[in-house]
Amino acid sequence: MDVEILSRIQFAFTISFHYIYPPLSIGLGLIMVIMEGMYLRTGNKVYETMTRFWTKIFALTFGIGVATGIVMEFEFGTNWATYSRYVGDVFGSALAAEGIFAFALESGFLGILLFGWNRVSYRVHFISTLGVWLGSMFSAVWIVVANSWQQTPAGYHIVGEGLEARAEIIDFWAMVFNPSSVDRIMHVWLGALLAGAFLVLSVHAYYLLRNRHVEISKKAFKIALVVATVFSLGQLLTGHKSADGVAHNQPAKLAALEGHFDSLSVADMYILGWVDKEKQEVSGLKIPGGLTFLLHQNTMTPIRGLNAFPEDERPTALNAIFQFYHLMVAIGMFLILLTLYASYLWWRGKLFDKKWLLWIFVFAVFLPQIANQVGWFAAEMGRQPWVVYGLLKTSDALSKVVTANQVLFSLIMFALVYLLLFLLFIYLLNKKIKTGPSDTELIDKRARQKEMAGIFKKQ
Amino acid sequence: METFLGIDYPTLWFLLVGGVFSGYAILDGFDLGAGAWHLFFRKELSRRIALNAVGPVWDGNEVWLVIGGGALFAGFPVVYATLFSAMYIPFMLFLLFLIFRAISIEFRSKEEMKWWRTMWDVSYSVSSIMLAFLLGIVLGNVLQGIAIGPGLEFQGHWLEFINPYAIMVGFTTLALFMMHGAIYLLMKTRGKLFVKLTNLLKRGIIFFVVAFGITTLFTLIYIPHLSDDFKSHPALFIIPLLAFLSIANIPRLASKKRFKLAFIFSSLTVAFLLILVAIELYPVLIMSTVDPMYDITVYNAASSQKSLSIMLIIAAIGAPLVLAYTIFVYKTFSGKVELDETSY
Ligand code: HDD
Ligand code: HEM
Ligand code: HEM
Repeated sequence: MDVEILSRIQFAFTISFHYIYPPLSIGLGLIMVIMEGMYLRTGNKVYETMTRFWTKIFALTFGIGVATGIVMEFEFGTNWATYSRYVGDVFGSALAAEGIFAFALESGFLGILLFGWNRVSYRVHFISTLGVWLGSMFSAVWIVVANSWQQTPAGYHIVGEGLEARAEIIDFWAMVFNPSSVDRIMHVWLGALLAGAFLVLSVHAYYLLRNRHVEISKKAFKIALVVATVFSLGQLLTGHKSADGVAHNQPAKLAALEGHFDSLSVADMYILGWVDKEKQEVSGLKIPGGLTFLLHQNTMTPIRGLNAFPEDERPTALNAIFQFYHLMVAIGMFLILLTLYASYLWWRGKLFDKKWLLWIFVFAVFLPQIANQVGWFAAEMGRQPWVVYGLLKTSDALSKVVTANQVLFSLIMFALVYLLLFLLFIYLLNKKIKTGPSDTELIDKRARQKEMAGIFKKQ
Repeated sequence: METFLGIDYPTLWFLLVGGVFSGYAILDGFDLGAGAWHLFFRKELSRRIALNAVGPVWDGNEVWLVIGGGALFAGFPVVYATLFSAMYIPFMLFLLFLIFRAISIEFRSKEEMKWWRTMWDVSYSVSSIMLAFLLGIVLGNVLQGIAIGPGLEFQGHWLEFINPYAIMVGFTTLALFMMHGAIYLLMKTRGKLFVKLTNLLKRGIIFFVVAFGITTLFTLIYIPHLSDDFKSHPALFIIPLLAFLSIANIPRLASKKRFKLAFIFSSLTVAFLLILVAIELYPVLIMSTVDPMYDITVYNAASSQKSLSIMLIIAAIGAPLVLAYTIFVYKTFSGKVELDETSY
């Protein structure tokens, strides 16, 4: 295998693995903020117990997120040197901003969140939880800005020619607010919040089914259900906005997402399908004219298909892109149905009566995770063959001095280490869940702060 | 060329990136150093205390590496690309140890079994040692120069990076961090562990002084161009002088048990040594051993004026924030380690 394939596999593998954890940290962060906020308002111990329980699981996801995150930052330099020279001027600043504004905030306050229970007042602790969560939200912003600039470059000009060419920034805010960044940040945020909310739903649904920690679980389940319902609906909106943007800015990607080949015609939308690249056909269940309708609110406007683009500027893995995209959308729709139905039962006062529903929630934890992964795969593979859309091809972006053997070595190394990490993660997560939340171990050494919680209670 | 306070932007960024890396070396230096000593502590309780001394802060310290990486990427993309791709294997190993260190700290306390804890203790200590050593290897090669050819691409073989000089700098870095880490632990502990650490610190200081002495000699004899700047600007001798004074101060303060002050001086030592490196290098960032024509300098590696000025604003807004919560966190966890139910 050559350096290009190996480097791409390595990047995709390391970042996909990383991306299991940040969404959980971001999502759990919000849930912990809500739980601890409830504790401050009500002074009810139950909320403190659940906050502490989720803090422990958060520590686990966060720890692995940190351990696997630095890898990608280094990989830009080690594996994609030509690309780093090309884009450094433009979005190096986004990565630096991520470090200074986001990571410093979250890791600074992380110490207090995890170890500060007995050292700071409840209020300062709450502010630390909030700081960690906001830090993780910001880090998503900057990294997605950088990636979005790759999808829809803006605010730059090109200096030099041929191999010497590189992008230079001329307008910082145009770079930050490039045509796709706002839509994609929203979409990525919501995807992460859903991942966290569904983990909470899953664990507490499991406790309810096992008749353990019932009081805590009912409260926690409801908190997470609100979050999940709101953002499942939101995800449809932000996803639609993203698709609209893709139609504008990356028409070849849109054509690949929907398997639309004709150079110019009214486009259908598929619920399910299979793409045959050779025959240029999609077979499956479709809404005739559906894509045209979604984008233009009529059934006449033609849309450019793959054949409208030169052969070497079309994505190649068409069926994979199509399937990934459709899987994400299908999951999105299912989550909406699921959360709306559960909310309806809650309103009727029957939320915890249906065992089968709780079982669905136990397993639904995988769905946002899968959607997050395949969403990125669709977005990144749909961008091919470009690494910076329309400017730099992936095959030109490599490090010239790195050999296939070196990359093979590191790839095997990451494969082994990440396998170990993943097994340990599952083992420890399982153990924490089995142990469950408990208040026996809470030795409160904060006489002074207890009074403060009392003050909050009175309000 | 535009300037700020009479300094041109590439130079300013050289100072800034250097400043962030010094911050990293001072902060992560003490927790890497503490980790390097870890296996010297025999009792479970001692190991727990030592681990919890760095527990709440090590992640924040490591963020300085992330910021430094980002700043280098943004300020000098050419260095980022050339150095990282040339030193592919050392950097991959560096990542490996970073991962193992992070998870060792996190996972160690999660099980009671003795083999489990010993396993993570070893992993934590070995990766701390290797990280310090690899940082030194990178620094040693940067000081020495690497085989950069046309297109500012590396044209040698990666095994060249393992050479006597780089290994010496590797040991010196490790020794420096171990001394620094022992002083940090002395501030955070009491009782038996404290007594043990006083002895370890003595050994650490000797290790550092010997390693540093050999490296200095080696530098003066084999890499004479590094001292050129000092020969032409004698006033600069103040920096090595200050470095020597602050090193000499450490055993003096340690024998008086004034560890807070000793810690300040070991931090200063780290800073002075890096300033020394900066003076030796500037304006070349990485010297080409092939032809001076291919030297990577702050000027041919820097981003555009526009980019540098944007990041200056980002740094101006960000730095006070980072400083504020760093101080807040250290204040919260100041004093001797107390174990409670949230500890590792
Ligand atoms: C949607 C959000 C998101 C995305 C797309 C990425 N990350 Fe990430 N990353 C996070 C959200 C995040 C986080 C939630 O902020 C983490 C997880 C745990 C943590 O400490 O921060 C994190 C950790 C993390 C760290 C460790 C920070 C520390 O030491 O505290 C680094 C260096 C990176 N990431 C870098 C990257 C790079 C270079 C990426 C892509 C190329 C990337 N991340 C994708
Ligand atoms: C965390 C979520 C992300 C995932 C899951 C993801 C996924 C992928 C995948 C699957 C590939 C390989 C594509 C292929 O080979 O066909 C890839 C490539 C790449 N991505 Fe992303 N990506 C993510 C975020 C980012 C971000 C935030 C950036 C930039 C800041 C980025 C930059 C790149 C680069 C440089 C490559 C290599 C060149 C290429 O193959 O296109 N990615 N990514
Ligand atoms: C409900 C219907 C949904 C629609 C119409 C939709 C639409 C889209 C589109 C068009 C993209 C590509 C954007 C681009 O390439 O610029 C995308 C990407 C993505 N989607 Fe979705 N999506 C939906 C649901 C979901 C759900 C439920 C999740 C996760 C819980 C999710 C997570 C992602 C992620 C992580 C990406 C990659 C980042 C990005 O490009 O924004 N999506 N989605």
